[in-house]
This record gives sequence, C-alpha cells and structure tokens, in this order.
Amino acid sequence: MTPDTEIHASCPLPIADYPHVMMAHGGGGRLMQQLIEKVFVASFDNPLLATRHDSAVFEAGTCRLAFTTDSYVVKPLFFPGGDIGTLSVNGTVNDLAMSGARPLYLSAGFIIEEGFPTESLWRIAQSMRHAAERAGVRIVTGDTKVVDRGKGDGIFVNTAGIGVIEHSLVIAPASVRPGDAILLSGDIGRHGIAVMAAREGIAFETAIESDCAPLGGLVKHLLDAGMEIHCLRDLTRGGLASALVEIAQTSRLSIRIDESALPVNEQVQGACELLGFDPLYVANEGRMVCFLPRAQAAAALQLMRSVSPGEGAVLIGGVKDSPSGRVTMTTRIGVDRVVDMQSGEQLPRIC
Amino acid sequence: MKFIDEYRDAASARRYAAALAELVTKPWTLMEVCGGQTHAIVRYGIDELLPAGLTLVHGPGCPVCVTPLELIEKALQIASTDGVIFCSFGDMLRVPGLDRDLLSVKATGGDVRIVYSPMDALKIARANPDRRVVFFAVGFETTAPANAMAVHQAKREGVSNFFLLVSHVLVPPAIEAILSSPNNRVQGFLAAGHVCTVMGYTEYEPIAARYHIPIVVTGFEPLDILQGIMMCVKQLEEGRADVENQYTRAVRREGNRPAQELIREVFEIGPRRWRGIGEIPASGLRLTAPYAPFDAESRFGLAGQVVEEPAECQSGLILQGILKPNECAAFGTRCTPEHPLGATMVSSEGACAAYFRYRRD
Repeated sequence: MTPDTEIHASCPLPIADYPHVMMAHGGGGRLMQQLIEKVFVASFDNPLLATRHDSAVFEAGTCRLAFTTDSYVVKPLFFPGGDIGTLSVNGTVNDLAMSGARPLYLSAGFIIEEGFPTESLWRIAQSMRHAAERAGVRIVTGDTKVVDRGKGDGIFVNTAGIGVIEHSLVIAPASVRPGDAILLSGDIGRHGIAVMAAREGIAFETAIESDCAPLGGLVKHLLDAGMEIHCLRDLTRGGLASALVEIAQTSRLSIRIDESALPVNEQVQGACELLGFDPLYVANEGRMVCFLPRAQAAAALQLMRSVSPGEGAVLIGGVKDSPSGRVTMTTRIGVDRVVDMQSGEQLPRIC
Repeated sequence: MKFIDEYRDAASARRYAAALAELVTKPWTLMEVCGGQTHAIVRYGIDELLPAGLTLVHGPGCPVCVTPLELIEKALQIASTDGVIFCSFGDMLRVPGLDRDLLSVKATGGDVRIVYSPMDALKIARANPDRRVVFFAVGFETTAPANAMAVHQAKREGVSNFFLLVSHVLVPPAIEAILSSPNNRVQGFLAAGHVCTVMGYTEYEPIAARYHIPIVVTGFEPLDILQGIMMCVKQLEEGRADVENQYTRAVRREGNRPAQELIREVFEIGPRRWRGIGEIPASGLRLTAPYAPFDAESRFGLAGQVVEEPAECQSGLILQGILKPNECAAFGTRCTPEHPLGATMVSSEGACAAYFRYRRD
C-alpha cells in the first residue's frame, strides 16, 4: 500500500449519532439527504453532481445528454400494478424524463440470491421488456451476479439510463421562477400503499394498484406543444412533500400548495387514515410535478390530461419569492402551515 | 372521502371559529389530552382559528412519549438478546433510550419487527416455537383490549414463547395528577375519544365534580375538535363543570363492556412511572397473577431496574401543559427528530414532533 492510499479524510458524519446505516437513511427523507450530502457529495463533489437533479445533464459532441442510475430493492417483488422489473425500467426512464430528455438506452444489472426461482426471474425480465417497449427505450447492456443464499433478498436490480435532450430549455430546480404554477400529474400515494398492503398482507375492499408508469410520453407531449417547462420532478420515496421541499430549498424560493387540491384515491386515503400516514409523504412511481409560467398552466393541464398517465392532472399551487426555501400548505380548514421533509420512514402508529 | 370530508370542511370550521369568538368573554386555557388531537390541531392549524385569549395546551396522551426511559432500556436489552423476536408498533422504534433506539438495535442485527396488531406478534410466536417473541404492549386504554386478547389467546392455546413487555397507562389518573399540580393552568379538558370508546366516561364524572372542571369527550377530526372546544368553553362561560360527549358517533357513556371485562381479566391496576412526570399511583396496568408467566420483565429478569431521565429534556413540563414545545430552549436546536432528547420529538403523537413538522417559525 502506498502512503497516499493510507491518507483518509476523517468521516464528516457525526459517528456518535449514527455509527451504523439505518433503514431510515434510505427512506427518502432528511436522514437520507444528510447521508448523501455528508458522504457522497463530500466525496464526489463536482458541478454536475451539484445540480442535485434526477439525472446529470452534459454535452457530448454536439449532443446534450442526460444520464442517471437507480437501484431497486422492493419487497414484495410482485405487487398489484407492477413488479421490480417494471419499477426498474420506469424509475430510470422517469429520472431521465425529468431532465426533459428523451430516454434512449438502459443498462440492467441483476444481483440474484442463490435459490431464486428462474420462473420469477423470467417474469421480471418479461416485465422489463414490456416496460421498455412502452417507454420506447432499449436495454442494451447488462450484468449478472449471484450471491450466497441469505446474502440477498431474492433479487436486486440496478438500471442506468441515457437520454438525449432535444430542446434548449434548462429543466432543473434552479430554473424555477416566482410566479410559476405547479401542476401535479395525478393522484398521490398509490405505489407506497399498494406495496405496503402486499407486503404486510393488509386487505382492502378493492386492491390498490401501484401507479408505476413511464412519464416520458407526458413530458414529450408538453415539450412538443412548446410549453416552457422550468422544472420537473417525479415523486418517489418521500412523496410529494419531499419533492417540493427539495425544489424549494435548491431554488431558494417559496412554494405554496393547497391541500384540498391534492387528489388522493379513496382507498389510499382510507389506508392512510388507518395507519396514521400522510399521503403527502407516501411513495409514488408514476407521478410528477411540473413547474411552468402561470400563463401556460391551463394549456399545460389540458395537454397533460389528454395523455396517460396524466388524466388526473391538477393545479396544486404556485411559487413566490419568500419565505425562501420553504413549502407552505393551506390546510383543508383554510389555515396555512409549513410542509417539512419527513425525517426517516413513516412508521405505523399505535392508535 | 365519506365520513372524513364532512369533518374537515373549511366553511364549517370558519363558522365554528366565528361562533367561538362570539361566545368567549374572558381568557380560558383548555387541554386536549390525546396526542392524536394535538397533531390534528397543529397539522390543520385549528388553534390559529381560535379567538385571542382561548389557549390550547397539549396533554400527556401520547403513549410513546410517557413510556418511561427504564422501560425503553428494558426493550432495548430484550431486543438485543439472542434468539428473541421483538415486535412493536412502528412509532416506538425511534424513541431514544440512553444511547440508542430500537432502530439501531435492528441495524446491528437484532430481530426487531413492526407489527400492526399484537395478534400478529402472537402469530409470529406460533410460527417460531423455538424463539422467544416479545410484544411491546404500549398504550392507553385504547390498545389494552387488543393486547389483553393476544395474551388471553396465548394462554388458551398454551403458547409458551410469547411475552408482553407491558407499559400500559390510564388517562383519568393523569388528568387528576395535572389538576392536583400547584402549577396547573388547565381550566377545561377535551378527553380522548378513542379511550372513551373503550372505557366510556363514567370515570370522569367524579373528577369533573371534585375539581369543578368541564370535561368534553372529543373526536379527532378538525370539526370534532372545534365542537369539543365550543362545548367546553360554553360550560366555562356558564360556570358549569359537567362531563359531556361530543364524540357521540363512537362513544357511549358505559363504553365497550366486553372489552372492559377482557382488560380486567388480564390486567390489574398498579402504580406506573410516566416519562418526564414521575410515578403516578394507580395509573397503569400490569398482568394479573394468572398471566404472570407472560410477563417479559420478570421472564428476562429485568424487573426493578430504575433509570434516571436526562435533565435537559423538558418533556415532563410539556406533557403536563406547563410548557409549549417551542418554549423549550432545546427545541429545534439541540433537539430535532434526527437527534431527539426525548420521545415527544419523535412520536407520531408527540407535541414537539407536531410543532417541529408543521410550525417551525
């Protein structure tokens, strides 16, 4: 070992507080943000990473490209409305679409636990094939590893994706402007509740299906019509609240939304009431928010509603100068309150 | 959503606010007992609709918050024991012990599982006869029937690897403790609707009479709470001190008799320490003699341990309505959901957590 490699910068995380990684560090909330900031951003810091968007956008020759990656560790692997295969394609496609890119090619890496049924692997591969066809992308490279029984949870999938940006807009949190309208592409919370119900065996009168879907078509529809999109963000872990708080913080602007404008499916609402969850923080896999000038809001809404999965699109609020970095919500009874990022995972309550 | 939207209607809320403003002639301080009500109040901003001088203080009705530190420490010890499956409701997992929480025990290899019902824990015990399965039985009267049912079934079926770590507390003794305190400023109570669904409200009648204080059994939706406040203020303005029931769609005066009988069979009343408040006589439940073999504390040899609370956490004063969360010097600085000093900052029903999440300024 050379002397160089022995020099380590000291770990900036307060070790005394979290000497071990906790599940909450992956929950999409503030703990995860801290982990990313203090370990990964601190280690890999560069201008592309610093934009903190769903994908990195860079020039290659005469092209502007978007590049992203995501790993999928869902349990159960198959759930109403999708499986780990559909998730792994749509999730990465959506991250590309959120930069306004047209998704082109995906890679797929599989970490498979010894003993995993090949029939399930086949089903997952077929789901990926169908999802890729629907999203108009091709899976062009991959990797397979098998780990000892007990060292994996059935299967983990990683996908990376590359897309091309064919317009001159800079679609990112930094482009958000005071006066922008905020559109939400449909009802929230389906994916999180569908997966949890399948995992925990909680039965509802009718099954709640995940909203898992590609958003590239929706974005293309808006761009083709000349909408001047300032920012897009797909809602994943941490839900709508975390997405909005991140955008407010990055853009240093103030976001205001109206609680009564937020569409929540009745079954999802019921499950949330029962478990003490707030749909604002429940995961989605086929929903996005779109920031654009208020003058274009009505036209954009109409465009979104004309293509799947944007049929349920609504206007949920707008952007102001101050208070900087803050999200506020007018509650159902007409009082304003702060919307904060979730600290870790939502945990079901006692009573 | 039907049966929910009606109780969250903005126009009705404004009408209640206007009516309250008409009604109030002097300042009053009310306490909502239940942490679920505290969260609804802060989440919807109900207190901001109230006329000046009408103050809500937040009560001790958060089971997670009042579970004493020594019991959290016992839970951590049991959960770290080889061969144990430790089952708990989700919101106990982030509650800080002296230097760690149940989530950290899980992260370092402990088998800690979130369950949605004590019956799920019993199911786990049946499926794992060679492991000891412990359920953290936390809560007020609301969760006592289900916890009693789990251990009742375990006894009937002869499941010998299932245990309860019991931390059950009762509302009426806590109300009396608050009213007996020399620092008390509470002039009327909103009693917890769900507790009364089980227990009814006859227990509150002698308290209302003895301390001459109105008590209104109240639900959890914004309009429930506004109506409960209205009923309570009306009594105060008229000089009455009765027990009234706002939550008539769920609560009967005598409560749920079969549930009460089950509680009495499995549990008996005893003294209990409340986190931040101290011991309150006859304020908790413990297993009766026939169910003693299911008691995790004695089974794991942990009975009798005492752990002192850290001095900086003011949650005791907050739980008694003497201090508001944002009046605590550590609030939002040395105490946050990521680095909590006490349970009130992390529980889904904790007052400090509600203020931190919904009201930072």
